[in-house]
Amino acid sequence: MAENEATTAYQSNTQKQQLGRFKSTKFKENFAGYMFVAPMLIGTTVLIIIPIFIALAVSFTDWVFISGFQSADFVGLENFRNMVQDEPFIQSVVNNIWLILAVPLTMVLSLVLAVVINKNVYFKGFFKVIYFMPYISSIVAIAIVFQLLFHPSYGPINEFLMSIGIDNPPKWLADSDWALVSVIIITVWTSIGFNLIIYLAGLQNIPADLYEAAEMDGASAWVKFKNITVPMLSPTTFFLLITGIIYSFKSFELIVVLTEGGPGYSTSVIVYYLYEQAFENLKSGYASAIAITLLGMLLVITAIQWIGQKKWVNY
Amino acid sequence: MNRLRRLNTKKVIITIIMFAIGLLFLMPFIWMLSASLKAETNVFSYPIEWIPSDWKWDNYRRVWFGEQPFILYYWNSIKVTVLTTLLSVTVSALAAYGFSKIHFKGRNVLFLIVLATFLIPAQAILVPQFMMYRVLNLFDTHLGLILLNSFSVLGTFLLRQFFSSIQDDYIDAAKMDGASHFTIFYKVVVPMMVPAISTYAILRFIWTWNDYQGPLIFLRSDHLSTIQLAIERFSTSSGELYSLIMAGSVSAILPLIIIFIIGQKYVIEGIARGGVKG
Repeated sequence: MAENEATTAYQSNTQKQQLGRFKSTKFKENFAGYMFVAPMLIGTTVLIIIPIFIALAVSFTDWVFISGFQSADFVGLENFRNMVQDEPFIQSVVNNIWLILAVPLTMVLSLVLAVVINKNVYFKGFFKVIYFMPYISSIVAIAIVFQLLFHPSYGPINEFLMSIGIDNPPKWLADSDWALVSVIIITVWTSIGFNLIIYLAGLQNIPADLYEAAEMDGASAWVKFKNITVPMLSPTTFFLLITGIIYSFKSFELIVVLTEGGPGYSTSVIVYYLYEQAFENLKSGYASAIAITLLGMLLVITAIQWIGQKKWVNY
Repeated sequence: MNRLRRLNTKKVIITIIMFAIGLLFLMPFIWMLSASLKAETNVFSYPIEWIPSDWKWDNYRRVWFGEQPFILYYWNSIKVTVLTTLLSVTVSALAAYGFSKIHFKGRNVLFLIVLATFLIPAQAILVPQFMMYRVLNLFDTHLGLILLNSFSVLGTFLLRQFFSSIQDDYIDAAKMDGASHFTIFYKVVVPMMVPAISTYAILRFIWTWNDYQGPLIFLRSDHLSTIQLAIERFSTSSGELYSLIMAGSVSAILPLIIIFIIGQKYVIEGIARGGVKG
């Protein structure tokens, strides 16, 4: 009992000392902290946060870039109302939703590849490197190569399809029904490496004794996959889903180089349409309204995912 | 023994299957390389001539020493990429140290604000950035392009993940000796974190080298063009000269492939650790 009191007294004493030291250095500590993060904060504020507010302000005007800002008038919500009736914009939104399909598709393929590579192959490092190659390559070069590979009349992909007896292969990027499918195929191809690496890292964290216990119960490979691997990876899956969906809305460079949104608007996405409105049609006000709408959509999607996370992620 | 051998056979078969799937990932690169060394008339010959019958090294000479100042574009890319990498690594490492090892008021709120900017697609703020760059005279300059990619949320986040793993004891011991945070940062933390910093440096190099959107929007003068912008223009203007376009593309991605192969351990580990994507 006495010993306990002594310990408590000692503890509170050291706590006081620590608190005193803490207070005297607190100013220094705060100052150092601000100094270290200042360059990042200033850069982020100037290059990202201030522009968001400018975009918000501009979105309520009819500003056209070449005419100077003085000539811009406040138009309230008109830009936002126009968006609803703007068919190419609606189509871009729909295309973006289709593009989200690439996310689960990539994830399933990557998960299967990760599980196989993790345990069952030689030269594991080699496989990581080759699956990862598309991820580190420039989108411009990839887009240019795929334009040729997908060439409707003499591209190697269609030559191959015709040689195995498919007489009328799709015209891929030249056909408005197939262009978006081609974009999804290329997107999956470039993203598998990233998803695979993240899944492989996730697999390392699953305790081996879970599998050993299941094996003693005579569980099959499929049962182990379904009842151990998939639930244990659910935080990884959640992470990949949420970042994948955000990235699918940022898909810009591939579209610009590969299709310029065409044929028609069949592969236009929100960010591409925004770019076209801003830098080709110079409708700065309208483009900013699209930007604000896009931000709103991303916020809502992220919020929904965070709420959903509690329901289906097992930690 | 018998069982061991059976397992190995299974593993060999799976390795072969996985290699076949892996070829799907390699094929576009091999096709690109092989087309870049062919005579124009053989580019689309079918069945695909994987190894050119007639090696046209001349394609590369025509790209590099042709009408376009390819060497200048290459130099521009090297300059912008190296400077961006240096600046971005410095800014991110300082911020990562501040956000992980210094207990200052408002730290968590500020970090959350920085993290939240990850949500924002770069295209959403292009118009205001473009206006600001015009006003600040940063439009159509390499400096503007460098600044644009130097304040990276992902870099700060990734390095913070690594820095958080340093025991506070190291920092506290150095503090007891009277060292300032800045001294601790560059004498203790940076030397300990060379692998982490290299990981981010390689990733930033790759992302900046590949950046197309930045130069597309913020550069206008041809003599400032980076390689990505140049090959895209080259491919639109050269029309049917596919072998030359492929030679240009190979030239644009080769430095990356080399850096990736040398640093692949860092890159893959970094990606796995931080879950970052360019």
